[in-house]
Amino acid sequence: MGKDVTNLLVAGVGGQGVILASDIMADTFMEAGYDVKKSEVHGMAQRGGSVSSHVRFGNKVYSPIIKMGEVDYLFMTVKLETLRWLNYCNPSTVILVDEIEINPPAVNLGQMEYPRDIDETLKENFKMVHFIKATEMASELGNARAANVVLLGALSKLLDIDEDIWIKCLLARLPTKLHELNKKAFAAGREVI
Amino acid sequence: MKKVLSGNEAIARGAWEAGVLFASAYPGTPSSEILENIAQYEEIKAEWATNEKDALMAATGASMTGARAMASMKHVGVNVAADPLMTLSYTGVNGGLVLVTADDPQLHSSQNEQDNRHYARFAKVPMLEPSDSQEAKDFVKIAFEISERFDTPVMLRSVTRISHSKGVVELGQRQQPSHPLELKKDEAKWVMLPVYGRQRHHIVEERFLKLKEFAETFPENRMEINDTSVGIITGGISYQYAKEIFPNYSYLKLGMSWPLPERLIAEFISKVDKVYVIEELDPFWEENIKAMGFKVDIGKNKIPICGELSPTIVAKALIPEYREPKQIYSKPIPPRPPNLCPGCPHRAVFYTLKKLKLFVHGDIGCYTLGALPPLKSLDTTICMGSSVGVSEGASQVLEEKTLGKMVCVIGDSTFLHSGVTPLMNMTYNKSNATVIILDNWVTAMTGAQEHPGTGYTAKGEGTIAIDYIELAKALGVKPQNARRANPYNVEEFERVVREETNKGETSVIVTVDAPCVLLRRAIKSYNEPLWVDEQLCTGCRLCLEIGCPAISWDVSKAGDYKTADGKIKKRKGAAVINKMLCNGCGLCYQICKFDAIKGKKEEVPFGFQLNK
Repeated sequence: MGKDVTNLLVAGVGGQGVILASDIMADTFMEAGYDVKKSEVHGMAQRGGSVSSHVRFGNKVYSPIIKMGEVDYLFMTVKLETLRWLNYCNPSTVILVDEIEINPPAVNLGQMEYPRDIDETLKENFKMVHFIKATEMASELGNARAANVVLLGALSKLLDIDEDIWIKCLLARLPTKLHELNKKAFAAGREVI
Repeated sequence: MKKVLSGNEAIARGAWEAGVLFASAYPGTPSSEILENIAQYEEIKAEWATNEKDALMAATGASMTGARAMASMKHVGVNVAADPLMTLSYTGVNGGLVLVTADDPQLHSSQNEQDNRHYARFAKVPMLEPSDSQEAKDFVKIAFEISERFDTPVMLRSVTRISHSKGVVELGQRQQPSHPLELKKDEAKWVMLPVYGRQRHHIVEERFLKLKEFAETFPENRMEINDTSVGIITGGISYQYAKEIFPNYSYLKLGMSWPLPERLIAEFISKVDKVYVIEELDPFWEENIKAMGFKVDIGKNKIPICGELSPTIVAKALIPEYREPKQIYSKPIPPRPPNLCPGCPHRAVFYTLKKLKLFVHGDIGCYTLGALPPLKSLDTTICMGSSVGVSEGASQVLEEKTLGKMVCVIGDSTFLHSGVTPLMNMTYNKSNATVIILDNWVTAMTGAQEHPGTGYTAKGEGTIAIDYIELAKALGVKPQNARRANPYNVEEFERVVREETNKGETSVIVTVDAPCVLLRRAIKSYNEPLWVDEQLCTGCRLCLEIGCPAISWDVSKAGDYKTADGKIKKRKGAAVINKMLCNGCGLCYQICKFDAIKGKKEEVPFGFQLNK
């Protein structure tokens, strides 16, 4: 991390837990002693639209929005959306992406084709790309909706913050009955990296 | 103790810490979470108001008794509340009164991007503008102090990137309310007859001079002197973007957007070589600073007026050698626009209105999305209540030409907010227009807030629920012209719409049994997902025209296919239903002309099992 502020961009589709994942990140970074800012855009509709959240931490953070080209970690809960955020990245950006495919309406309607060159685009342009079967792994653990937590587990391995802090902040945001499942999902994510 | 809070959570916390006793609001992005969070504090009476004017009047009444009171709303809500605001400036307050305006530069979820700093100048009231969550909380408390010290309502302006951004906030204790609560007669202050209003205007002008003087030494208008080759005058969220791009220049950060500290500005300008004014939307500070006689080197000559700013936009506007990162992926990416949810009752309504080829006046809510393809069946939207208002005028000019040709749609919350008076205008002026009230039992688009039609208060207590049919009749709609219809029952709904739009009198249709599909308290159970019988689907694409996220087009099914009776036919593809998304509302099931969509629709033929 050689610079003052670390930038994470979290994005996906409404209903996938993008905002929750970014909230857990923000809590974790604060608990770890950093200044944190976070900004999210959830469109007009509650389900199915693009959702994104900028998370920044460091000794002192000014803007809640990341400047284009300066994302350090791109955290994607759905593969296709990755393409929309590439100009916020640079060749050193570390990409974590759930392999799940969710068709946008234009693809559903047969008006546009689903891009088939996402994997190669990412591999050609970025040194560190982690394709993670997060939704699949979460389903196997009992609930596909914990895919965001699988990805968080993976992210936690890449950042120098105690696992205990992550777990504490993760569980604080979830009802007790989901704790066991999410602990497993988080651990599974850590295994991937 | 520290906590990560959004700007809206911080504003709510600030209200609690400031000893606020009463808060009222009408939901509107990006302001809605302010009252939702305030409602969680036991010590504050928190209310959803019918509209923003009601919210501000209620807060005024609470202030008259000596209580600290807050009204919060989105930027366009202040237009609705502007009537009391302009005169409230004259009367002043008793308990502190703060009006929060949450502006929406970039129109993330709004019909315009007006800059509400103009209201502070227009109403001659002070405005504070926080630049992060910590300031959002702190400035609320300061706003109450200013309000009581200067006998004035105070505006606090947020924007989407303050309200919906989070930051670390140091929490404080609640200040106990100190004012005695009582109504004291003081007609020269509170009765704005011309004779008293004239006197109060002088007081307003004197107060303005005092506030200007206060602004000169207000600690939140602060200079940060570093490299003096450039001095940046900024405030609010723009301060953060500017600091991000120019960490070393000198700053005058305005915590108070209005009135401006003229001597402080002069002092700052004298210390620097060049002056930049970096502000989002209008050149509000720039023009006022120029009017003081100062030179501004860079302002709106470089920085865009339209849309929100960002570090990237500031860099692009002000650093000549800055280049945006090159495009890595240049092919078209299928967009993911906002869409009505699977099973949404509005989809069923728009299917029918499109089929009947009606010109549809729309309003503000989820159903405004009916304008987007493939539904494309909503034709106008201006402001809250405009559907009913403009229908009235159009019907008067076009007369019988509108029969069977025009209708308007308005949500339940929007109707109560601003549709009641234009409906009365229709009946009174003998309009032949038809109003469809899309009653989905809640203020849906802003995230499910209660209103006078839902039966619940902001605190979750049971209360009255307005009966729209009885209300329409009371407003002069003839009983036979005020009807209920279930939009999921496509045949019946079409018949009712056809009948009512062809009547030469004002008529009202209220949707029934059609709550928001995401409203947990309304839906007892969803239905099992439906499925497509591949032997029956001809690939006609009719079901795709309703734009349901659960239905997609499968080209791999193109070509010859064997029908149920063994014949071989050709098709271009077939529809497929995603069972993860489908909740079995039954709209596609009804409209398929080939009975190709199957599933259990006998028990609940139209919509869902509801908690009534």
